[in-house]
Amino acid sequence: MKLTRQKLIQSDGAVSVLVVVLGFLVGTILVALVGKNPLNMYKALFQALSGYNIDNGRMNIRYIAETLNYSVPFILCGLSMGFAKRVGLFNIGGEGQYIMGLTIAQAIALLGPQVPVLHWLLAILGAIVIGSLWGGVVGILKAKYEVSEVVSTIMLNYVALYLSRIICLQLPGATTYKTANFPETALIGNTFFQKITNNSLLNNGIFMMVIAVLVYWFIMEKTSLGYGMRATGFNKEAARASGIPVVKSISISMAISGAFAGLAGGIVALGSFKYGRVLSGMDNYGFDGIAVALVGNCTALGTTLAGFLFGLLKNSQALMQGKQIPKEITFIIQGLIVIFIALRSALKLYQEYLDKKQLQKEVGIK
Amino acid sequence: MSEYAIEMRNITKTFPGVVANDMVTLQVKHQEIHALLGENGAGKSTLMSILFGSYSADSGSILLDGKPRDIKNPNVATSLGIGMVHQHFKLVQNYTVAENIVLGMEPTKGGMLDMKSARARVAKLSDQYALKVDPDALVEDITVGQQQRVEILKTLYRNANIIIFDEPTAVLTPQEVDELMDILKKLRSEGKTIVLITHKLKEIKEVADRCTVLRRGRCIGTVIVKDVSEQDLAEMMVGRAVKFEIEKPEQQVGKVMLSLQNLQVTDQSGIVRVKDLSLDVHEGEIVGIAGVDGNGQSELLGSIIGLLPLSGGAILLDGKSMGNLSIRERIQAGLGYIPEDRKKFGVVGEFSIAENTALKNYYLSPYRKRFGVLDFDAMKNEAENLIKQFDIRSAEGAQTNTGSLSGGNQQKVIVAREISLSPKVLVVAQPTRGLDVGAIEYIRKRIIAERGKGRAILLISFELDEIMNLCDRIATLSKGSIVAVNKQNEVTEYEIGLMMAGSKKEAVR
Repeated sequence: MKLTRQKLIQSDGAVSVLVVVLGFLVGTILVALVGKNPLNMYKALFQALSGYNIDNGRMNIRYIAETLNYSVPFILCGLSMGFAKRVGLFNIGGEGQYIMGLTIAQAIALLGPQVPVLHWLLAILGAIVIGSLWGGVVGILKAKYEVSEVVSTIMLNYVALYLSRIICLQLPGATTYKTANFPETALIGNTFFQKITNNSLLNNGIFMMVIAVLVYWFIMEKTSLGYGMRATGFNKEAARASGIPVVKSISISMAISGAFAGLAGGIVALGSFKYGRVLSGMDNYGFDGIAVALVGNCTALGTTLAGFLFGLLKNSQALMQGKQIPKEITFIIQGLIVIFIALRSALKLYQEYLDKKQLQKEVGIK
Repeated sequence: MSEYAIEMRNITKTFPGVVANDMVTLQVKHQEIHALLGENGAGKSTLMSILFGSYSADSGSILLDGKPRDIKNPNVATSLGIGMVHQHFKLVQNYTVAENIVLGMEPTKGGMLDMKSARARVAKLSDQYALKVDPDALVEDITVGQQQRVEILKTLYRNANIIIFDEPTAVLTPQEVDELMDILKKLRSEGKTIVLITHKLKEIKEVADRCTVLRRGRCIGTVIVKDVSEQDLAEMMVGRAVKFEIEKPEQQVGKVMLSLQNLQVTDQSGIVRVKDLSLDVHEGEIVGIAGVDGNGQSELLGSIIGLLPLSGGAILLDGKSMGNLSIRERIQAGLGYIPEDRKKFGVVGEFSIAENTALKNYYLSPYRKRFGVLDFDAMKNEAENLIKQFDIRSAEGAQTNTGSLSGGNQQKVIVAREISLSPKVLVVAQPTRGLDVGAIEYIRKRIIAERGKGRAILLISFELDEIMNLCDRIATLSKGSIVAVNKQNEVTEYEIGLMMAGSKKEAVR
């Protein structure tokens, strides 16, 4: 019994699951406290997960597809945060990199050559490149001049937001909140998905997300580059003294990190909307990505699962409102999960306390 | 009056994962110098921290002069007349000696600080106990030995009758050690009771009356020092027969492999730490750098490894200039490095042993395959070899988390990695710091074996014993410059001590 408990506390994955369960538990209590039936919350979540409406027995696969579609930017922004975190950096700039990706994708969608495939491919590549530049600059500043990445990324988020507005207002057909419609060739919609999912917004972005997850896992766990980055993240001094090019590791990791967020921006721009948006505020996927990566322990699989959970919560918001549950409960649950993640160290302390008691007992017996 | 000034009975103290003290009993008589002997991690410091109130024991009792006492915190200990001279001094650098001594117990007159009477009392104490130190000097300007006297005066100023010294000689030159020994004897003759925590046998033989030996948290026994030999004490400490001297066969030296020429290194705040330093290391030779900590050793190391830029001079490895090479290029040119702070610079604690043994050549064949993919199985196989070859004790073989290994085994991981890369020059810093005797013997033997293979070895150590034991030639460093370079058999520890303090060898003779 003791051994299993110890193993569970030491396993990061188990802690994440525990944290999520705790988040939902407290969320349930809160719903009950405000006088609503928590069962309705779970009904909504179940419907978003399986497409099955328990109340009327109807099945609509569209809900599954929307959950998946919502998950894509969460997962990608989680990868963005996670990649930098593994190298010991705290990339709060996912939002800015996302916005730049979105902006460039919109610009290329409206101005680029209207050739099938090539058009959206260019737009997506543009989003990836600008995201990696937006992140890479931070990496170079950090590696060469020791500028704190936390400060520079936060500032660049605002630069990105207002730069995006300037650029988008110049695009064809721009009003204060939207541009002209994108040409068909720029969209990444998938007619097959639309057919089988009752016209959901699920699009080809999901394939790009899956590729991104695989790339993340491959670079981090399998390559020489990832090895050097992990060493840098765990112990920068030892990595440096062992000849690992730390400056290069940091710059490249921020660029790759930015590429994931930029891709997220491109997918949202071309997949979820038919026109370009002139942003008046942030979409917050970049910020939510921080929580996603933390819950997912910055591993490829963990981040994917955590991103899916966040997508599920987001998709169930509308369903909850239909069942008289305030949708804000999903934000509360997200917040609780992040708070409980921070309690991870408390769990470790608890384990140490148990170890100590055990040892005292053993010594006492002699 | 009870026979014992201090009695600690059946003290048990556990930390997560370790029993630091297991039913330890310590009895210290009035007016004696009582040594507490044990290896690193034997539980000496824990026991004394309990006596001083920094830790509370899980069980057991403390009696002072026959009366049971509950020492909850260091303030209680101070009020009961216990003082402690810590290994790392707790002084305010830009305060004067007198200010440091009275800090926390300042005499006041009408609410105002009365420095005059404070100075007078400090001067009187320093006279009475022959602790020579200028009360008006700033602490940052005085030597380490003098700073230690300030710490002793601090305890005396607080009317300590029992003074605990935690490894007091670790930071001193041999001459300062001699002076400290005289101070200890003087304190005893003035009626103080002294507990001396140490692992140095020579010092115990010189000043201690009785000695209690701890091993792995247990009390092995208490002996009267003049009845036993150093060999006996060592065996009690380690639990088996110990060889002090390492056999070092004669060795032909070859050509110059590492050449430091007029090195000049400044630290991050722009202060010159290494001045015009020149030194050659030949194939098949161990050259030692002796010196007190803080005389430019870490900057010298940093400049050779490539962590710090040179501000002047040149470093040649096998005749080729290395000053502008990156750290990785230096490693490729044949530079090996066993760092002094193994957790910070030596290993990545979160990595497995296999990942750590490949830390310097993971990007090369046979580990690196096409498209930058790493062959982790090859790393594991090589690590398993090294684990056997270097007798690394681990729970799960090459997959073991390096951070979970003992210090000695972590050091073996580093030594295994560096030696397996067959460097032309091996730079070794404090290779045995914090290790137990078995690991120390092993690491030293390995270094000698590398010398046998014709490697050029530069050894930096603050332990003069280690330098004298291992080196063929010894360069003594003081304030960033080399005072003299001597053959090992042509110089004594005493002479090196004088040079460490800055005097030229000619002046010694």
